[in-house]
Amino acid sequence: MAEKKPIISMREISKIYHVGGEEVRALDGASLTVYEGEFVAIIGPSGSGKSTLMNIMGCLDTADAGTYLLDGQEIGQYSERELARVRNRKIGFVFQNFNLLSRLTAAANVELPLIYQHLGFGERKKRVAAALERVGLSARAEHKPTELSGGQQQRVAVARALATNPSILLADEPTGNLDSKTGADIMALFHDLHKGGATIVLITHNEEIAAQAERCIRIMDGKVTEVR
Amino acid sequence: MILQSIKMAWESVRSNKMRSFLTMLGIIIGVMALVVMVSLVNGATGAVTSEISALGNDLLSVSVRDDKGSPLRLEDLTAMAADPMIATIAPDGSMYANVKHGYNEVRSSVMGTTAPYFAIEGLQLKDGRLLKTVDVENAAYVAVLSNDASEELFGGEPALGKTITIDGRSFTVVGTLEKNDSLMASMFRNYEVYVPYTVESRMAGQPYVSSFAVAAAGDTDAAEQAVAKMLLARFDQDDDAFTIINMSSISSAMDTVTGTLSLLLGGIAAISLLVGGIGIMNIMLVSVTERTKEIGIRKAIGAGRGTILMQFLIEALMLSLLGCIFGLLLSALILAIASHIAGTITFSMSADVVLLAVGFSSAIGLLFGLYPANQAAKKHPIDALRYEG
Repeated sequence: MAEKKPIISMREISKIYHVGGEEVRALDGASLTVYEGEFVAIIGPSGSGKSTLMNIMGCLDTADAGTYLLDGQEIGQYSERELARVRNRKIGFVFQNFNLLSRLTAAANVELPLIYQHLGFGERKKRVAAALERVGLSARAEHKPTELSGGQQQRVAVARALATNPSILLADEPTGNLDSKTGADIMALFHDLHKGGATIVLITHNEEIAAQAERCIRIMDGKVTEVR
Repeated sequence: MILQSIKMAWESVRSNKMRSFLTMLGIIIGVMALVVMVSLVNGATGAVTSEISALGNDLLSVSVRDDKGSPLRLEDLTAMAADPMIATIAPDGSMYANVKHGYNEVRSSVMGTTAPYFAIEGLQLKDGRLLKTVDVENAAYVAVLSNDASEELFGGEPALGKTITIDGRSFTVVGTLEKNDSLMASMFRNYEVYVPYTVESRMAGQPYVSSFAVAAAGDTDAAEQAVAKMLLARFDQDDDAFTIINMSSISSAMDTVTGTLSLLLGGIAAISLLVGGIGIMNIMLVSVTERTKEIGIRKAIGAGRGTILMQFLIEALMLSLLGCIFGLLLSALILAIASHIAGTITFSMSADVVLLAVGFSSAIGLLFGLYPANQAAKKHPIDALRYEG
C-alpha cells in the first residue's frame, strides 16, 4: 500500500462548539487517512460527530485544531473563497436528501458546478452528457427533479458530483431517503464507480451499508477508531 | 460568468411571474410618474414657448401712459426707427367697433397701423395685399381682415373688393390673412380688422401714438434699452410714463417657471421610484430567506461569496430594469393618449428622460439589491444546507 497516494489525511482534528456556555467537543483529536481509489465507510450513530467530520472533510467548515491535507494541500488556513474553489474542483457531494435545485432540469443541475468552474459551453455540454450517461439517466436530462423518482434524483446528484472529476466523492447517507431496492441500486452505482477508480467516502449509520465498503471507520463521541 | 448569472437571474424572475410583477410594480409606477410628468411639463412648455415666440421673440410692445405734453406722432416713430438697434416700428392704435357686411355684423377690434406691422407681428397674407405706406399717407378707406373676421362677415365667400362698414363708414377689403393656427388663437375666435393708422386715429379721435410695436434689429434687450433711452429723454426721465413689454424676457421667465416645475415634479416622481426600490429590497429579502437551501446547495458545489452576491444583485437589477421597460412602454401609451386628447400639443418622451429613468432604475436596483444580495452571500453553507423552509 506504500505506493498509494493519500487523498485525505487528517491529524488530530478537533472541532469545539459552545452550547449555552458549555463546551461540546464534536470532534476530539480525530485522525484518519483515505488513499486514492479507496471505498471507505464512516459509521457512527447520530450525535457521534460524523456530520461534523463530513463537513470538515468536505471543506464546508474548518477545524479548530489539527491539520487536514486534501490531495496534498493544507486546508486549515484557507479563506472562504479558496474553500469554495476546493469544494468546486476536488469534492463531489452526494446528500441524503439529494439537494437538487428544483427549478432546474437534471442537465442544468449537473451543469451548475461546471459553470462555477468557468468552463466553456461546449466542454460543459460534453461533461454533462458523459456524467448523465454514466449514471444511466441520459434519457431524463431535460426533466426537472419533481418529475423524477427518488432513485433517479439521487442519480442526478451523483452525476452532478462526478461532472467535475473530483478527487473524492463524499456521500452522506446517500440511501437514507430511499427504499431498500432503490438504495441497493445506488450502492451498486457506487461499487461501479469504485471499480472505475473513484475514491469514495460514504457516511452512514447503517451497518449493512457500511459493510459493503472496503474499509470501515467508526466514529463515537468525536473519536475515530479503525474497524477494519 | 456574467452571462450565466444573467441566465440564472432570468430563470428565477421567470419562474415566479406574479411575484416578479408585484416586485416590479413599484418601479413601473415610479418610472411612469417620472416620465409622464416630465414629458407633460416639457410638452406644455414647448407649446407655450413656441406660442410666445410666435408672438414675436424679437418683439417689443410699447405703450405710453403719460405723454408729459409732448405726445408721439407718426413722424416721431419714423425718427426712432433710424436707431441702429431697431429694425422697424409700427403703431398699433386700436379701438372696438361694429363691422358689418350686408346683414352680417361682428364686434371686432380695429387696428390702425402702418405697412411694417404685419412683418413685425408675423402675420401671413392669404389673399389680396397688405396695407401699404400710400394707404396710410392718403388715409385710404381700405381694410385687411383676419381669417376669422372674413369668415364671419362673408361666410367663406371671397371678400376681396367687397365693401364693409366700420361704425358706419365704408371700407374696401383689400386683403385677408392666413388662419392663425397658434394655440391661443385656436382657442378664441380672433376678429381683427386692420386699417391705415391715419384712418383709425381720426375715427377714434386719438391723433397721437399711444402704443406701438418695435422689431429689434439684433439683440432684443439692446433694442429695449435703445427705445427706453429715447422715451426717457422725451418724457422727462420718468420711467413710469411708458411700459415696454419684452417678449423674450417673458419667454425666459416662462422657461424658469417650467424648469422649476419639472424639477419639482421630477423630484416627486423620484421619491416614488425610491419607494419602488424599497419594495424590491423587501421582496428580495424574503426571496433570499426562501432560497436559503438553494444558496446552501450552490455554495456546497463551489459557488463563492462573490458568485452568489453577483447572482442576487443581477436579479435585483433585472427586476428594476424590467420594471423600467414596462414603465416606459406604459408611459409612451399614456403620452400618446394625452397627445390625442390635447390635440394641438404633442407630448413625447425625450431621450434625456428615458436615459434618466433607466439610469435611476439601475441605480435603485443596485442600491436596494446590495443588502439582500449580501445577506445571501454571507450565509454559511452548512446552516444554509440544513435550513428547511
